[in-house]
Amino acid sequence: MRCDVILAGVGGQGVLSMAYAIDHAAMARGYFIKQSELHGMSQRGGAVSTHLRLSDAPIESDLICKGSADFVIAMEPMEALRYTAFLKPKGLIVTSAAPVKNIDDYPLEAVMAALKARSAHIVDADALAKEAGSQKSANLVLLGAAIRYLPFDAGDFEAPIASLFAHKGSEAVALNLKAFHLGVEGTLR
Amino acid sequence: MKLLLGDEAVGQAAIDSGIASVNGYPGTPSTEIFEYIEAAAKKDPGLRIHAEWAANEKVAYEQALGASYVGQRSLVTMKHVGLNVAADPFVNSALVGAKGGIVLCVADDPSMHSSQNEQDSRYYAQFAKLPCFEPATQQDCYDFTRLAFELSERLSLPVVVRMVTRLAHSRAPVSISDPAMRNPLSPAEDRNHWALLPALSRKLYDELLMKQALLEKESEGDVNPLVMNPAFPSSATCGKVGVIVSGIAYNYFREVFPKDAPSHLKVGLYPAPLQKVKALLEACDTVCILEEGYPFLEQTLQGQLQGHFAPQFKGRLTGHLPMSGELSPDLVARSFASLGLCDPLPAIDEADDVKAALRPRPPKLCPGCPHVDTYRMIKALRESVQPLPVFGDIGCYTLGFYPPHQGIDACLCMGASISMAKGASDAGQRPVLAVIGDSTFGHSGLTGLLTAARENTPMTVMILDNSTTAMTGAQKSLETGDPLMQSILGLGVDPEHVKIVCPLPQHHEANVEILKAEVAYEGLSVVISRRACVKLRK
Ligand SMILES: Cc1ncc(C[n+]2csc(CCOP(=O)(O)OP(=O)(O)O)c2C)c(N)n1
Ligand code: SF4
Repeated sequence: MRCDVILAGVGGQGVLSMAYAIDHAAMARGYFIKQSELHGMSQRGGAVSTHLRLSDAPIESDLICKGSADFVIAMEPMEALRYTAFLKPKGLIVTSAAPVKNIDDYPLEAVMAALKARSAHIVDADALAKEAGSQKSANLVLLGAAIRYLPFDAGDFEAPIASLFAHKGSEAVALNLKAFHLGVEGTLR
Repeated sequence: MKLLLGDEAVGQAAIDSGIASVNGYPGTPSTEIFEYIEAAAKKDPGLRIHAEWAANEKVAYEQALGASYVGQRSLVTMKHVGLNVAADPFVNSALVGAKGGIVLCVADDPSMHSSQNEQDSRYYAQFAKLPCFEPATQQDCYDFTRLAFELSERLSLPVVVRMVTRLAHSRAPVSISDPAMRNPLSPAEDRNHWALLPALSRKLYDELLMKQALLEKESEGDVNPLVMNPAFPSSATCGKVGVIVSGIAYNYFREVFPKDAPSHLKVGLYPAPLQKVKALLEACDTVCILEEGYPFLEQTLQGQLQGHFAPQFKGRLTGHLPMSGELSPDLVARSFASLGLCDPLPAIDEADDVKAALRPRPPKLCPGCPHVDTYRMIKALRESVQPLPVFGDIGCYTLGFYPPHQGIDACLCMGASISMAKGASDAGQRPVLAVIGDSTFGHSGLTGLLTAARENTPMTVMILDNSTTAMTGAQKSLETGDPLMQSILGLGVDPEHVKIVCPLPQHHEANVEILKAEVAYEGLSVVISRRACVKLRK
């Protein structure tokens, strides 16, 4: 098994929390992991991405080669497109539908057309997150929607999500777990 | 096993090495090393680790030397340009050596993800004649830092661990070994070893030169493994190919050759092992050099081997790899494909429809950021006062260079705003403005302001006091609020010309009037623009 994923989004969207959850689910399964992220100036609405590599054999490079990623999972449609050169020919894009328009003249139609041309799985993560109780949990919805493609079961994420939000109290844990499960079910529907 | 960033693995190793203190100034990509130790020390006071940010890197390094003097171990952390600031104590510390182990972990930023330049710290280690470890993996980060403390005490030398962004910020499981005992407190007894007076320094320098042979011996050991593989197919154009590879480039190399790899020397400790290099060269027609940063090995080895060999190196200097920017598995694969040693990667070009849909998404000042209002003030000021050169500095507020703010015209290195503005004023330019953040002022603005205060230089300094070191993730700032005001007055700035404004839209007009008056004043004035970073409120 080998699974190379690029997680992407805009600073503040919780991309690194998604990576945290996948990392810890993978640790519990005994997979080999490498996960490379760019911190830096992300707190001010810039593009954020992380290369996440899972395998049942040792992993060498911290970075994924162009043309070899299995998935791009993105919290934002334009950010999903930014990494298409990393995807392998049959690679899949899973993205949240909601654009973050903190740039001038955001070409929404062109973005959506390019995503559709690549048969991207587009998730209305914001709507499901609101249903769970907070739009901030959209990253957990997207994670839930993406795991059917990843070498995991939904149950693998209970513990990592609980530990991710433990410091914010049990309500926050419950809300984020709900968002995650809405994401999982939304995909199966 | 613990899942750790490269930075965190260094931090964990330092804790397990029994450090008494961690000393540093924030700077991407080094910040997480300090913060990891800081969090651990807070959680477990039993560790007895002093973990407070220093005013700057020079102070941090000198603190570590003090700990070393009394026999305690300590870690110093900074980003690459921080070592420019700490260069004086760093280079001199090679002569005094170390009693308690002292390890400097310095993080370079090839490709300048969040830095002014991509200088390579290995040159500093070489310049100071100090050993330098360079980890490739997170496990190396842990193991090499442990080794570094041990080596530091064994050879009585400060030791460098060089990181790069991609390793600093990449996570993998790391296995942890047993912690070391904390050293007893025992001040140095040999006074002659700690005072760099010329007569003593000459002796100490000879000692340092003698130690180089020990370093070379160390470097020929297992830490720099040489793997020979004579059966590996030759290149049609370059014959037998060998590889010298260091740091994270090793991971890219093994990505390209996961099983059967050409003969290679992995350099994890500098100075590089010359005997092993020679053995590799004897067996090969061409040697590819893969290193992150400047062509350090390529250049150094070229010089050291002159006369013995005429090595056919291929690296950044020969154009085999690009001269600037970080390496990637793609670049490494392409470089070997060009020698016919692996399959070429498919050329992946961005499709036209994707190109048409992409826009850059650079970082911006947060909505509600106090700096936005400050730059509005400067813009309004510049509408009536022209020309008005504005010398900026480094922090979140550097983003004010870009539209729509365009509030600063220059930015060089921490603290340069004040000294450059003074230089421009001295040269006859009036009026001039300097813009500097509170943490940067504490880092290296004080000395510039002191100089200007003694001469009452006609210039205006704006200090953007947002109560924190925001750029690097909101670390404590030493020059904010009342202490900042006390420092300014203490340096001798005329209290009549020290003003505080609050950067909020409702005060805009009044603030601009205050600025105008201070800029018109024929002497030194300071305007503190004070409002907390909005990220702090969360
Ligand atoms: C010598 C050196 N050390 C550290 C850094 C990293 N760095 C850049 S700006 C900054 C702090 C900025 O804080 P402040 O001046 O308070 O401005 P703010 O970001 O809060 O607006 C730091 C630590 C650097 N660029 N150079
Ligand atoms: S982090 Fe703080 S100082 Fe930096 S841009 Fe945001 S509000 Fe402004």
